[in-house]
Amino acid sequence: MADGIITLTSANFDETVKSATTPIVVDFWAEWCGPCKAIAPVLTEIAKEQAGVVTIAKLNVDDYGDIAQRFGVMSIPTLLVFNNGEMKKKMVGAKGKTQLLAEIAEFIPKKN
Amino acid sequence: MTSTNIHEVIIIGSGPAGLTAAIYTARANLAPLVIEGEPSSTSDQPGGQLMLTTEVENYPGFPEGVMGPELMLKFREQAARFNTTFITEKVTKVDFSARPFKVWVRDEMHQAKSIIVSTGAQSLMLGLENEKRFYGHGLSSCATCDGFFFKGQEIIVVGGGDSAIEESTFLTKFATKVTLVVRRDVLRASKIMQQRAMNNPKIEIRWNSQVTELFGQEKLSGVGLIDTVTGEKSKLDVTGLFVAIGHRPNTDLFKGILDMEDSGYLKTKPGSSYTNIAGVFACGDVQDHTYRQAITAAGSGCMAAIDCERWLESQH
Repeated sequence: MADGIITLTSANFDETVKSATTPIVVDFWAEWCGPCKAIAPVLTEIAKEQAGVVTIAKLNVDDYGDIAQRFGVMSIPTLLVFNNGEMKKKMVGAKGKTQLLAEIAEFIPKKN
Repeated sequence: MTSTNIHEVIIIGSGPAGLTAAIYTARANLAPLVIEGEPSSTSDQPGGQLMLTTEVENYPGFPEGVMGPELMLKFREQAARFNTTFITEKVTKVDFSARPFKVWVRDEMHQAKSIIVSTGAQSLMLGLENEKRFYGHGLSSCATCDGFFFKGQEIIVVGGGDSAIEESTFLTKFATKVTLVVRRDVLRASKIMQQRAMNNPKIEIRWNSQVTELFGQEKLSGVGLIDTVTGEKSKLDVTGLFVAIGHRPNTDLFKGILDMEDSGYLKTKPGSSYTNIAGVFACGDVQDHTYRQAITAAGSGCMAAIDCERWLESQH
């Protein structure tokens, strides 16, 4: 769990998503995908800043194509947001930090 | 939030042109600020169009070829080595009517004595009605990102230039068949790329054709085609569609401010990078619809940096 980012596999996917105590954003990525690399540092920052509020996880589609297929992922990067074990949102394509934070804002409980 | 610091130069855009301009102005002690853009899955992103390509075989200095994103990373590292500052966001507004020039990133204002515009160009999409709905569900703007998901499937690529053929060739690694849909009866691509397409048994070229419709429920299942000569309509069952039909310059920010062609490309004084505003320079694909190569973009980025440096000196 380097950088506070969880590495998902076919073996731990369901359990991790189900037992997460915060909303969980899953990044479907691969080594050969340029835009995936471009958003990686953005996700690392968000994981750090939102620790305990939002969980960031990664799934390598090369290794775990079965999971990608199950969720109809046909383009990467795709980010899926799960809350209480259910898929709530699908975001296709790379985005900047401001945009990403705006997209997941609805899952972040307001402070105070 | 506004910075009172006045930069010597702000570079807008970070493809081969912008980053070469950064390397040169940084080495000239101008400490450039590069507003490099925002991650996206289109070619409008930090690093530019090469971020969506695979092997670059024609950039001098790499006899074995180099991956596009890797090349751009090297450009960026080289610029960073000489005191370049980066902001990984998009410029939202500019004001070049008075000096220092002003550039906004959302509500944050940055000021500079000179500006280098290198915002490049981005891929055109088809402009069909339900195109957006299929994006990420069979329709892709990035063959290198998404080709993998079309293993054992039949797909089409639209376009007749080098990038259309590069994508088609790349996609045959995954797809069982790639139909290249070409609007005319000739390819615009270079001879070597044409031969590559013709010699690939998995690529079939559909001449004089245009995609007019997209079919499918959740995912793309087929496209409607029209023969541009006979007007005859047909349907082709495919699960993937990749578009490589050309580019448009990223100049919306500069409308009414910088002189541009009807096509939107910025006008520069021949043989230089000077725009109509003294102190504002343009380089790379944003002002070049003729060559559009990484090496020509880098070359013009160097021109802009030298023009800019000399212009700044002349202001003292």
